[in-house]
Amino acid sequence: MTQTSLGESVVQKEIHAQAKNNGVAANITQTQPLWMLAEVTYRCPLHCAFCYNPTDYDKHTQNELTTEQWIQALRDARKLGAIQLGISGGEPLLRDDIEDIVIEAKKLGYYSNLITSGVGLTEKRIQAFKDGGLDHIQLSMHDITEEINNFITNTKTFELKKKVAAMIKNHGYPMVLNVVIHRYNIGHMKEILEMAEALGADYIELANTQYYGWSLVNRSQLMPLKEQVEEAERITNEYRAKVGGKMKIFFVVPDYFSNRPKKCMNGWGEVFMIVTANGDVLPCHSARVLPNMQFPNVRDSGLEYAWKESPAFNKYRGTEWMKGPCVTCPEKMNDLAGCRCQAFLLTGDAESADPVCSLSPNHHLIEKAIEDSKNPVLASQPIIFRTDKNSKKYVAGDKERVEEFHALP
Amino acid sequence: MENLAIDPTLSTIKHDDVFAIAMHHRFQWEEAQNTYVILFPEGMVKLHGGAGEVMKRVNGQASVGDVVTELKAAFPDATTIEADVIGMFEMAFGKGWIRKI
Repeated sequence: MTQTSLGESVVQKEIHAQAKNNGVAANITQTQPLWMLAEVTYRCPLHCAFCYNPTDYDKHTQNELTTEQWIQALRDARKLGAIQLGISGGEPLLRDDIEDIVIEAKKLGYYSNLITSGVGLTEKRIQAFKDGGLDHIQLSMHDITEEINNFITNTKTFELKKKVAAMIKNHGYPMVLNVVIHRYNIGHMKEILEMAEALGADYIELANTQYYGWSLVNRSQLMPLKEQVEEAERITNEYRAKVGGKMKIFFVVPDYFSNRPKKCMNGWGEVFMIVTANGDVLPCHSARVLPNMQFPNVRDSGLEYAWKESPAFNKYRGTEWMKGPCVTCPEKMNDLAGCRCQAFLLTGDAESADPVCSLSPNHHLIEKAIEDSKNPVLASQPIIFRTDKNSKKYVAGDKERVEEFHALP
Repeated sequence: MENLAIDPTLSTIKHDDVFAIAMHHRFQWEEAQNTYVILFPEGMVKLHGGAGEVMKRVNGQASVGDVVTELKAAFPDATTIEADVIGMFEMAFGKGWIRKI
């Protein structure tokens, strides 16, 4: 899966809509897993350099949940109030039971979304999804050029994606495109938007890379300049004004260039729940990087326990766990101290302020990362692609640069 | 739902307009939350009681005027109901939750 829209940005969209009120409930503090993300497999035919999946995903590729276990998880999450279901991965289409999962989701009243690279989507399968009641398909696109698409995914998938986009449209699905933005495509923003419009996209999400998992490893190579981000946003705003309501364009601002952190997942254990391929239940995509945390697993205990009782889901709810400067900060409810994973990955302390915040004593780490991305020596280091082989090296603790060298396009 | 109230004479919504739920949107009752919701790609909104009462009558057949009449009958004590209903239609149409037939 890409850095998907199912994360904080979408929740923010919901809350944003609610905040405008006019008869729409501003019901933002209750904890209820409105969004359930099923990361049904970590297997993936693509090898995207910006993937947020854990670098040690190879450990979690064994022991995938069975169809029956997924169906049970869907039922249990629905009882807890889940409405939006994302079926993701890895590449979910590598499993042959997505059709069964879709049928069950429809039966239970979910609004279901298949989040896919498009690899493995055939006429037969999309017809089965349509018949089964899948509500929409979100397709990842990478660039307007074959070179960049094939380079960043480390595969030859450019032509296929265009075919799949047409297939989605022909079956009467809303066309939802997700494009992860990084140094190699940020200069093509206008062309990417034109491509989306030409494909008949109803929604396009321009998701600036956030740095977790594989994208953190490749941060110096992927991060664009601040000026490029500003230019990209300007072009996006201009295009949005031109295209009107015909195509909804979301621009997910990269947090490294903000002064305040994102309210990650709209709060830990507030509205979002992930069940991973092997049954671990997580409050966010990358929570497994956090130390000394035991996440519940659907094989051992139900989702109700995971959401309501488990120490992991309760650990960062509310504000009591916070440290300075967050604990006394008048803005703490705006962002709930930001992202725990980012705080840990960059500072070694999961309870510290997200270093993106200019008030964080560790903010210099972000400034350093931005500086590093301008360093031609670091920026020209080989990219480490998301492959089983590379993941096995991470599992084995070999964090040396891998030997496969990929020339830049 | 008083904050929906706007002057009906200023609205672009007409009494004989007929609306349906927009393509790729779904309107449903959510038992777990005791509320109506609108679901669409990449998002959802929860609707307060009043907004839900309007939306559940949006069926591609009833006109705006029909909805006003019905709600006036159902809630005889609500004095600003016409403006509220028009305001809700205005917002829902503006947000793309409903489409004009």
